[in-house]
Amino acid sequence: MDWALILRSTGQAAFGPVACYYALAAAGLNIHIGYTGLLNFGQAAFGAVGAYGLAVAVLTYGVPFWAALFIGLLGSIVLALVLGLPTLRLRSDYLAIVTLAAAEIIRLVVRSVRYTGTLGGTDGLQAFGDDFFRLNPFDGGPYTPLQFRPDQVWLLVCAWPLVGLVLLVTFLLMRSPWGRVIKAIREDEDAVRSLGKNTYWYKMQSLMLGGVFGAMAGIVFAMSKQSVNPDDYGTRFTFITLAVMILGGTARVVGPVVGSVIYIGVLQFLDVFLRQAIDAGLVPGWVPIDVNKVAIIRLIFVGVTLVLLMIFRPQGILGDRREVAIRDR
Amino acid sequence: MTVDASPSWAAAIPHEPGVAKPDPILVVKGVNRRFGGLLAVDVDHLEVQRGAITALIGPNGAGKTTLFNLLTGFDQPDQGSWLFADRDLSGVPAHRVAHHGMVRTFQLTKSLALLTVMENMKLGATGQRGERFWGALLRPLWGRQEKEIEERAGVLLEQFKLLHVRDEFAGALSGGQRKLLEMARALMVQPDLVMLDEPMAGVNPALKQSLLAHVKQLRADGMTVLFVEHDMDVVYDISDWVVVLAQGRIIAEGPPAAIGANPKVIDAYLGTHFAEGGGEALGELGPEENLEVDEAGLGQPAPEGPDGA
Repeated sequence: MDWALILRSTGQAAFGPVACYYALAAAGLNIHIGYTGLLNFGQAAFGAVGAYGLAVAVLTYGVPFWAALFIGLLGSIVLALVLGLPTLRLRSDYLAIVTLAAAEIIRLVVRSVRYTGTLGGTDGLQAFGDDFFRLNPFDGGPYTPLQFRPDQVWLLVCAWPLVGLVLLVTFLLMRSPWGRVIKAIREDEDAVRSLGKNTYWYKMQSLMLGGVFGAMAGIVFAMSKQSVNPDDYGTRFTFITLAVMILGGTARVVGPVVGSVIYIGVLQFLDVFLRQAIDAGLVPGWVPIDVNKVAIIRLIFVGVTLVLLMIFRPQGILGDRREVAIRDR
Repeated sequence: MTVDASPSWAAAIPHEPGVAKPDPILVVKGVNRRFGGLLAVDVDHLEVQRGAITALIGPNGAGKTTLFNLLTGFDQPDQGSWLFADRDLSGVPAHRVAHHGMVRTFQLTKSLALLTVMENMKLGATGQRGERFWGALLRPLWGRQEKEIEERAGVLLEQFKLLHVRDEFAGALSGGQRKLLEMARALMVQPDLVMLDEPMAGVNPALKQSLLAHVKQLRADGMTVLFVEHDMDVVYDISDWVVVLAQGRIIAEGPPAAIGANPKVIDAYLGTHFAEGGGEALGELGPEENLEVDEAGLGQPAPEGPDGA
């Protein structure tokens, strides 16, 4: 068993680009579900719009990289408006259905044969971030102790502070009267309306804000491999984001980061650990595990852990048990 | 039961449906609302006297809450309009209604469970700079206003005997305390007209006395109160004027003493025993009124989930 490898690999995942973009996506979802009570089941749609907005603007329309970033973010605001205008006046379950469907619609449109010339089809789009990586001051490496590649270090040096900024904005907003209205809407929208707040507009602002965070996640995702692929933004993206948010603790400012680092870290740890254990012959013959099944077994393990967490710690890692108790009253 | 001496204006006008008041704050004109085949509200004319406590009574399904919903913008009428403080508020969305000085509470108490009592109160204040998205990010823009709001909320919480639970989650309060909180929170809007939908439902007798005192205090402070209530002791005790709704229409209006003796009201709502001072038993009515009598029998509000906790 190579424990150095196991730990390094776990650390690379836990603090690498994957944990970073799931933290961003979950921070957005936390605004929607955690604070406002908007049941968004299509966070992948915002990620896809951010990533594709960037990639398509650069590759198909020749927009400079930095301007294209804004197109990606702007795209998520437009998407929030399109989703929100018809549904935010209705009960929250309608939004859940619409967002779930919208994410699939976007995925199917970008992978369609018809628009392959513009959107890249099933092959996706590649190499749109050269302008970004050209500014990379890091070279050589590997950067110890986690041994990231130089381009990864550059991306992370930009992306983790972005996560910090997102959390700071969340913190500032949620301690303010604006955040009070948002949380009150989650508790009872009619009561808030009767007190003179335009809840429709507040919900729209929340949808846009969380959507922009989601688009940032999509952009970091795309930049981490200089590639966008339609199937990266399937329901799997949405549900991992949801799991990360719940794991960290809903409606907690740093919950998404804690959830993401732990979730992605544990996933990678199990992957490497199980492979090593099998290679070292530590798994007895009667246990039906082999190297080819590791990828699935670790997901089963994570699933069971999440179920246990919901039973014994429904408030998540950072949540407050009292809040759950009051909910259940 | 104690009956307040009726104010002079109430004695000076006829006791009939739709009668004009000397100084109305709210004038409802020809409002109706249909749910499928059911005409839930069909009010030809209704005026609510400024600075008075007006009770809205009637059997379940009479349209009291629907009328509240219409007037406060939570529902849209099929026809009709109404003036509040000489301003046409028909078609104005719910959140704007509050800005015009008309605030309501709900039959099922809507305390915001995972906000503290103080946060509940502060939410009620209007015109907060920190409630705008960009302004919210910068505390210096709203910090001082927040302090002022907090002080005002503290005074109200003191009056409503909730100051000691100011930092508790509203969801942790008892049902009665939540009723108090909801009323206090509505006052944070600084309204001219307070509309209370069954403020006494599910409240114990001691707390009821305190709520009654609060409602009277609203009148003393110059506010107008319109409230829905099934507890006739409460209606007799605090109201200056009573409006009786049955099947969406106003069937009677008058001071509480006159309403108790009105045969139409006895038939539709109170029952004969009540009129004789014998409590709330159902009256013996003709067979054609049996349906209404059944409804009247259900007149006491059912115990409601959150309040029963």
